[in-house]
Formats: sequence, structure tokens, C-alpha cells
Amino acid sequence: MRRLLKVFGVVSLLLAGIGLAHAADPIKIGSFLTVTGPASFLGDPELKTLQMYIEDLNAKGGVNGRKIELIHYDTGGNTKDAVNFVKRLIKSDNVDVLIGGTTTGDTMAVIPNVEKEGIPFISLAGAVEIIEPVKKWVFKVPHTDRMAAAKILGDIRKRGLSKVALITGDGGFDKSGRTQVLELAPNYGITLVADESYGNKDTDMTTQLTKIRSSGAEAIINFGLGQAPAIVTKNVKQLGITLPLYQSHGVASQTFIDLAGAAAEGVRLPAAALVVAEQLPNTDPQKPVLLAYKNKYEAKYGPVSTFGGHAYDGLMITVAAIQRAGGTDKAKVRDEIEKTSGFIGTAGVFNMSPEDHMGLNLDAFKLVEIHNGTWKIIE
Amino acid sequence: MRLAGFYIFAAVVALLPVLFPDNYFVVVVGTSAGLHVILAVGLNLLIGYAGQISLGHAAFFGLGAYASAILSTRFDWPSLLALVAGLIAAGLIAWVFARPILRLRGHYLAMATLGFGIIAHVIMVQATQWTGGPDGLAGIPPLNLLGWQVDGDLQWYGVIAAAMLLVVWLSLNLVDSQVGRALRAVHGSEFAARMMGIDTARTKTQAFVVSAVFAAFAGSLFAHQQAFVSPDSFNLTVSVELVTMVVLGGLASTFGAVCGAIALTLLQQGLVVFEDYEMLIHGALLMAVMIFMPQGLFVGLTQAAHRLGSTLARSKFRRSLD
Repeated sequence: MRRLLKVFGVVSLLLAGIGLAHAADPIKIGSFLTVTGPASFLGDPELKTLQMYIEDLNAKGGVNGRKIELIHYDTGGNTKDAVNFVKRLIKSDNVDVLIGGTTTGDTMAVIPNVEKEGIPFISLAGAVEIIEPVKKWVFKVPHTDRMAAAKILGDIRKRGLSKVALITGDGGFDKSGRTQVLELAPNYGITLVADESYGNKDTDMTTQLTKIRSSGAEAIINFGLGQAPAIVTKNVKQLGITLPLYQSHGVASQTFIDLAGAAAEGVRLPAAALVVAEQLPNTDPQKPVLLAYKNKYEAKYGPVSTFGGHAYDGLMITVAAIQRAGGTDKAKVRDEIEKTSGFIGTAGVFNMSPEDHMGLNLDAFKLVEIHNGTWKIIE
Repeated sequence: MRLAGFYIFAAVVALLPVLFPDNYFVVVVGTSAGLHVILAVGLNLLIGYAGQISLGHAAFFGLGAYASAILSTRFDWPSLLALVAGLIAAGLIAWVFARPILRLRGHYLAMATLGFGIIAHVIMVQATQWTGGPDGLAGIPPLNLLGWQVDGDLQWYGVIAAAMLLVVWLSLNLVDSQVGRALRAVHGSEFAARMMGIDTARTKTQAFVVSAVFAAFAGSLFAHQQAFVSPDSFNLTVSVELVTMVVLGGLASTFGAVCGAIALTLLQQGLVVFEDYEMLIHGALLMAVMIFMPQGLFVGLTQAAHRLGSTLARSKFRRSLD
């Protein structure tokens, strides 16, 4: 009899456990980021940001009374793994939304599956082709390379210059930036007089820059990531070239200034507001959001990067959409993400619409100049 | 009887999706494993049987993939025709390169094939107007087999499983033919093989071409299945992974290659739960296999099974004496 009671007790406890678990069914966010490999400097802060803020949200009681569960896989920058992990997240882990796709390659590779399965997906990658043409389930939060190109070309025209030399590396970011500059330049009445390229592991670009010097260019644009843009910047100084040099948002970090040293003086680039958060006027509505994110991240992990900020924007837009939808019904959440308006994130103010699945305008970028080893807002 | 192992393998492959039609590890990982098996079995003909190393095999995998991708997106070729074109292109390129490359031996051959793989990768990255560059090529239409559009994970499992079984069957027959014996003779001693009247250059070229065509076949299927290709999937790491599969499974055994490909695919998928320690465990396991099963997984496991069987038989015999 006693044994029977024991069994009864255990069974009822188990049932109670199942009941409890069911009542607080967690909201599952699936994520696939490039935390290792060459693009890890993008994926690592993204993952840390997601983890930090999800922990935070859960400590405050979750969303709609439900905890959030993050399921993450590291793609290592391999698109094949990205595709398989997305299938795993959808089929096996049954996630409610996807936030991820650190690189354009990873994002583009998973889009066919996302569209077929019908699950809201917020991409953290840059290229404009992710949202153009608009895909029903796919959104993105970082600025596009087209916006960066437009910002640079706009400033060049404002200075009254019209002949530009382009120098880019052989990476995905470089190539995509180059395409955007080539496409947009005519709209700004700008002609390209040189279009040079280098390997991202090259240690000297004086050959290409010598050609540019004799091309009659009035300004130089360099699209690149990592070491190479710093080398270009140094080489420009070493060759005594005094033309205005524009870099892309890809180097908007203190590391670039440290690498290029004194040669970085006077270099202009479009940068996310996060880079110059402290310098923004107090009237800027983005300032409190930026400082809050920056302080929180730096207290835990060290220097902040704009890439982690994208993960913050993606997560917060998703959470707000789930709150408005009152649940995790995929179609409703998708509709609510599309209705995001006036959301103040780290990348800018988001106003999405059925035609625009990013919702940022050119104001989201600040044009900055490097001055005395730090950033100065030009406009 | 010679193909008994093959029939058992085919039966397992056919039964798995019937038993678990919605299981991620069967229909998605299984499809990946199937492609890896095609690649490893092909490479095994070259490395395991002919004794020639190739560190650039991902190039042929990529060639097949990009042939299908480019011909079916930019030129609107029917997918089956694009696939065949990819196979022919891979075969031709392999045939042209085989003679100069396979004249080299040992480290030099490794260097030459390594260079071949890297050059192919550079072309995929740089020829942006054709390949889409580092961001890849999207929007590849689904495979169309005489009016039947292959769509969905389960259908893809079927197609790739069938392709894989075809390749395994071809390989098993090939190594048991005169060509297979010639290959093994070349592996044993190229000099002696020549003394026996074997045209060693021709034999090696044949192995190289067949393994390149198998790789391109896997590449074509891969491009249609993923609907997206980018150079990342065909870099040096992939070439090294393929060699690892062949060596891990056991050289000069078709089922060894099958075993190695499946084991490595499952390992990569299974270990992701360990996150930061994934690579550490992965490396340790590979080392352990090579130390304790120097002849590879397949031979190691069959021997272990035999030993277990005979131990059991012996103990039963002893008990019957008591």
C-alpha cells in the first residue's frame, strides 16, 4: 500500500511538472551566427548581445508572461551549415522566429527555406539584395551597403568633386560595396576614373594607389574590412596623396584608428550613430538608447561594436512584435514586424512597411571624420 | 553474394525515411551524408585504390555545382542537361590535368592538387559576373527530372539516396574489375605494375576522371538541393574534410569511404550541442580513431564485432563444458 502511495505521489508530481511546463511554454528564438571563423568579429558580439538581453528579459518575467529560450548554432561562415541549421531550428527545435545570418552569404542561402516554411526571419547581414525584391518573411536591421555608398557619394558631390577613384578588396563586403558605388555614381553626377582591387591579405597597395594618383581622381573611396583599409590609408599618406579619402562603415571602430595611426587623420566615413553616441546632441531621440546599450555591453564584455547593436535591434523588434501579436502565431508576428514604426534602435529609427523590410533612411548613418584620433560628426 | 553488403546498406537507406519520415537527422542530415558519401567514394578510388593524394577535390565538387547553378539560372538550361554538362566539363578538365599532375608523386602531387583547388576557389570568388562572387549565386531552380520537380526534404533524400547507391554500386563493381585490379597494382608498386604490362598513366588518369565526375555529380545535386551556392562550400577546408572522410573510414574500401563520410557528417551535427568544446572533442575523436583503429572505422568496427562474436562463442563453449 505504501508502495502504491509512493508511485501515486511520483506520478502526480510528474504530471504537475508537465502541467507547469506547459503553462509557461517558452518563446523559442532560433539563431544561427558566425561566431567562429573569419567573420567571427561580426557574429561574436551579436551572440553576446542576444544572450545578455534575453537573460535580462527573462529576469523581468519574460514576454507575455512566457520565458524566452534562445537556441543558437554556430555556422562558422559555412553557408551549407547555415542551411542545415535553419532546417534543424525549424523542424527539430520548432522555433517561433529566426534572428541571425551574420553574413550576406549565410542569409541568402537560407532564404529559400525560410520562405517555404513561412517563419519570420530578421537578418543581421548588410547587402541590399536581402530585402530587394521584398520577400514575405525576410526582414533586416543593419544599414545596407547602398546607404553607405549613397552617403559617401552625397558628401563628395557636396564638396563639388566629380571624379572618383575606387579601390576595393576581394571579400564579399568589398565586392558588394563596389557594385553599389558603380551603380549609384551616375545619379550623383560622379564619374569613376579608376577601379582598382587588391587581395584582402595583401600587405601593400602602393601599386594600385600609384595608378590612382595618375588617373586624375579628385577623391578616393575604399570599401573594405579588417587590416586592408588601414594599409590603404597608410599607403595614401606614404605616397603623399592629398586627395580626400573615404572609407566605408566597415571600419567604423577604434581598431581602424589604432591601425592606421596618424594617417587616419581627415579620413571620412559613414558610421552608425553608436560609434559617436556621446557626441550626439541631447535632443537626439536615439542617444539614450545608444548609451544604454553601450554601457550595458561594455560593463560585461568590453568595447562595443555596431554589429552587436544589430542583434539588439533585431531582438527588440521581434519582442515588440510578439507582444503586439499577443502570441507566437507566425503569420501574426510577421505582420506585426512589418508594422514596426518609430522603433528607436541602435541603427536608427525603424519604419517598416510592406514595401520596405528594413525601414531605415539615410539619416541613420552619420558622416564622420577622424580628427585627433577620434570621431567627429560632420553632419 | 559479392554484393551482399550493398543490399543490406540499400535496405537500411530505404527503410530509414519510412520509419522516420519527419526526423531532421534522417531527412536533412541524411541528405548531407549522402552527398558526402558520393564525394568520399569517388575520392577513395583515387586515394585508397590508386594511391594518389588529392587535396583539391572540392574544386570538382564546386565545378559541378557552379555548372548547374550558372547554366540553369543565367541560360535557362533544363536542370538535367546542366547536370550532364557539369559532369562532362569535370571529366574533361580532370582528363586534361591528370597527365601532368599525376606524373608527380608524394608531396609534389599533394602540392599540385592543393594549388589546383586554391585556383578554382579564387576563380569562384573573382569571376563575379558569372559566379556571383563571395556572396554566392541564389535562385537556382529545383531539379527537374523529366517533368518531376524535386521539392522538399523527403524527396531530396530519395533522389540523393538513389544517386549515392548508384555511385556505391558503380564503385564496388569498378574495383572488382580489371581496372580495379590495375589500380591496386599501381598502388602497390607503380614500377612493378608497369612491368606487368599495365599502362599506369592511363590507369591513374581513369581513376582521376571517375572521381572528378562523381564529385561534379554530387556538386550538381548539391546546387539544386540548396538552391544557393557560394565559394565557401568549396574551399580548402572542404577538400581536407573529404580526405579525412576517406582516411577515417579506411583506405581502399568502398564501404570504408561510406562509413567515414556518414561518421564525419553525423559527428559534425551531433557535436554542435557542445558549442565551445565542439572542435576539441571533434579533434580528439578523430585522433582516437586513428590511434586505436589505424585501418579506419570500417575495418576497426568489423574486427571489433568479430572479436566480440568469437569471445561470446568461446565463453558459451566453455560453459557447455562445465
